Amino acid sequence: MSEHAHGHQHDRDHARTFQRDHDDGSPLPYLQVMEIAMRELLIETGVITSDEVRRQIERMDARGHSRGARVVARAWTDPEFKARLLANGRAGCDELGITDLEALHLVVVENTEKVHNVIVCTLCSCYPKPLLGLPPAWYKSLPYRKRMVREPRAVLKEFGLELPEDVIVRIHDSTADMRYMVLPRRPEGTKGWGEEKLAAIVSRDCLIGVALPHAVKA
Amino acid sequence: MKSRFRAGDTVNVRAAYPPGHIRTPYYIRGKRGVIERICGEFANPEELAFGRDGLPKRPLYRVRFGQQHVWSDYGGAPEDTVDIEIFEHWLEPAVKEAAT
Repeated sequence: MSEHAHGHQHDRDHARTFQRDHDDGSPLPYLQVMEIAMRELLIETGVITSDEVRRQIERMDARGHSRGARVVARAWTDPEFKARLLANGRAGCDELGITDLEALHLVVVENTEKVHNVIVCTLCSCYPKPLLGLPPAWYKSLPYRKRMVREPRAVLKEFGLELPEDVIVRIHDSTADMRYMVLPRRPEGTKGWGEEKLAAIVSRDCLIGVALPHAVKA
Repeated sequence: MKSRFRAGDTVNVRAAYPPGHIRTPYYIRGKRGVIERICGEFANPEELAFGRDGLPKRPLYRVRFGQQHVWSDYGGAPEDTVDIEIFEHWLEPAVKEAAT
C-alpha cells in the first residue's frame, strides 16, 4: 500500500476492529448489491430522498398485527360482517376503514369446531404484510416452509398446539397472488367482551394459525 | 378471459418441469385436486419474472388436495387438506379412469 493511500487504508483497518453485524464477512449477494446501487442512484439523481427511504422502513417496522386483530374482533361480534369478510376479505377491511392495504388480495379462512387453518408459503415467504406487519423470522425459515405442508400436526405440536384427530387441518400454501389470514374461533369466557378487549387476545400467531386465542383472566 | 374450470371440478396438475420462475410447487405437480374457488385473473408470474408484462392475465384458482394423496407417508388425519393457488395453464381436466 502506498503512502498517499494511507488515510483510506487506515479507515478500513479501523473498521475491521469492530464486530460485524450478523453477516459473515463474505461478499454481498448479487441482488443486495443491485439494491444498494439502485437506491444510491435514485437518491443521487433526486428521484427519492434518503429520508423517504428511512421513513418507509420505519413505517414497515412499526406495522404490527393490530389491524388483523381488529378485523377478527369485529367478525366475532358481528355475524353479518363475518359473512361479508369471508366472502371478500378486502371488502371487510374496507368496512373497518382499513384502507392502506396496497395491492392486498385477502382471503380470510375461518376456523370451526371441525377445521383448523394454517398459513404457509412454501415457495418464498408471502404474508399479508399490510394487515399483519412483517412476518416473524420462523415463518420465512426453510424448516417451517418445508415441514408445515408435510407434517403440519407435528409442527403445530412444537408450537404447543395439539389438535384432536377429528379436527381437519387445512394448510393454505400462499403460492401466487392471494394472501391469507386465519379467523380463529372466539374462545370460551369472552361473553360480553367489547371489540377492543377481544382484539387484545388475538395474537399474530393466532392469525397465522399456529396458536389459538385464550380468554385472559382479569 | 373465460375461466376453463369451475369450483368443484376435479383437475390434475401438469407434471411438467420447465426452467424459469414457476409458482406451481414441485410437490404438487402431477397430483389431483378439486377447484376450491376462482381467484380472478392475474398477470403471469412466469413472464413477470423476466421483466415482461405478464399479459394477457390468466385465471388463477385455489385447488384443494387431500394430504394423503399428496404425501404417501402422510401421518395426519385422512381428511387433512392443502389448498394451493395454481394458474390455469398448469391445470388439466381430470380424465375419468377407463373402465377395464
